Amino acid sequence: MAHSVDEVLAGLAEIVEEVAGIPASSVLMDKSFTDDLDVDSLSMVEVVVAAEEKFGCKIPDDDVKNLVTVGDAVNYIVKAAN
Amino acid sequence: MSAPTHRKVVVTGLGAFTPLGGDVASTWAALLAGKSGVRTLTHDWTETIPVHFAAETAVDPSEVMDRVEARKLDRAEQFALIAAREAWKDAGAPEIHTERLGVVIASGIGGILSLLGSYDVYLEKGARRVSPHTVPMLMPNGPAATVGLELKAQAGVHTPVSACASGSEGLGYAMEMIRSGRADVVVAGGTEAGVHPLPMAGFAAMMALSTRNDAPEKASRPYDKDRDGFVLGEGAGVVVLESEEFAKARGARIYAELAGQGITSDGYHIAAPDPEGRGAARAMKLALVDGGVAASEVVHLNAHATSTPAGDIAESLAIRGALGADTDHVAVSATKSMTGHLLGGAGAIESVFTILALHHRIAPPTINIENFDDEIKLDVVRDQPRSLPEGSIAALNNSFGFGGHNVALVFRSV
Repeated sequence: MAHSVDEVLAGLAEIVEEVAGIPASSVLMDKSFTDDLDVDSLSMVEVVVAAEEKFGCKIPDDDVKNLVTVGDAVNYIVKAAN
Repeated sequence: MSAPTHRKVVVTGLGAFTPLGGDVASTWAALLAGKSGVRTLTHDWTETIPVHFAAETAVDPSEVMDRVEARKLDRAEQFALIAAREAWKDAGAPEIHTERLGVVIASGIGGILSLLGSYDVYLEKGARRVSPHTVPMLMPNGPAATVGLELKAQAGVHTPVSACASGSEGLGYAMEMIRSGRADVVVAGGTEAGVHPLPMAGFAAMMALSTRNDAPEKASRPYDKDRDGFVLGEGAGVVVLESEEFAKARGARIYAELAGQGITSDGYHIAAPDPEGRGAARAMKLALVDGGVAASEVVHLNAHATSTPAGDIAESLAIRGALGADTDHVAVSATKSMTGHLLGGAGAIESVFTILALHHRIAPPTINIENFDDEIKLDVVRDQPRSLPEGSIAALNNSFGFGGHNVALVFRSV
């Protein structure tokens, strides 16, 4: 199923709000999960698993370490889900 | 045996999260008023097990804890953290080098709700959906680690596990950390959150639980002839212990002295108490020797008294065995009649009660004794609280656990 960048960003922002308590409006493309959004390595796994379910894609563990910013994740999901 | 040159250990802060209240003040007020924290359960699984009631916490942790913080913590960890925050604040948030600060939070079972909940997720949705927080939430040392992280404690973080004696063993371990010089301040307590059909079915299979489904608030009735087992409770108790010199140097308010501890094991049976209570008696005697307390100084005792037919009698024999004729002037309280049995949290919350009894010079009541069991040769405080004498007085807190663990702590007034 195809998703736009805006759709994925909005969906990911909801997930980050649920997991880390960061307001969805603060989850922007240039934000770093670890440094800006207080998403530690364990919570990042939660974000990834929730994103896989929401967008119907697979994000292998080996790729997760490359997802430093929200933009990295959004672009990865857009590509993987399309 | 401990040398009498030990550093004195004093209590400077108290915290509680219990079936009677969300803090120390509300819990203590309900305890003195003789209120029961036992209620009929309203879970969708309630009718699937033979026992339909328990003593759940009076306040849900979600009412006092941030959602994002709570979702990474097992319920037992939430209880411990809430109680530890209260105790730390109550102690005046001591300024201390974190390498001199320790934490000991005991648990009987650990994060069993997280363990079983995650297993359900695994069965229903597969391994990929098992939360990465599962292990930190289920590990028995999780509550101690959670409190240790909160306070940045670096003198050591520990979790004694001795079933229903765990909480008292936690305070005893903390006392030794201070006495030996490893730490100046230790946040110590116990926590449990096991209201779930699996542990309840297991305790029920042992015939350990009361089945008084038609009158839950009357089910926990230590020393009553018709007692038929314990009532499962949940919650946490936490105290701040300090070396006397450290507490005095910072001008802390001191509730009482934790004077001594006695720890023994029965070597008798995995679950049943030694019917003569020999190990329990020895624990009390050792605590008095350790604390330099004479039996004649003991005026109050918070009994383990879980409301099981065999256990209450064995403990009463043990008390008389340890204190002899001095038993006659000891006001005995069985507070599980109101809180239910907090398992690994029991010894900790009952230590809080024992400390408050000395501090306020009042022994809490025991409720639900309608027909006193004549085999119990103790002066039990029934229905109404009872004043304790002025002057220097001491009190014992007993905790015993499946496995034959016996822990007695002795506190002295200040």
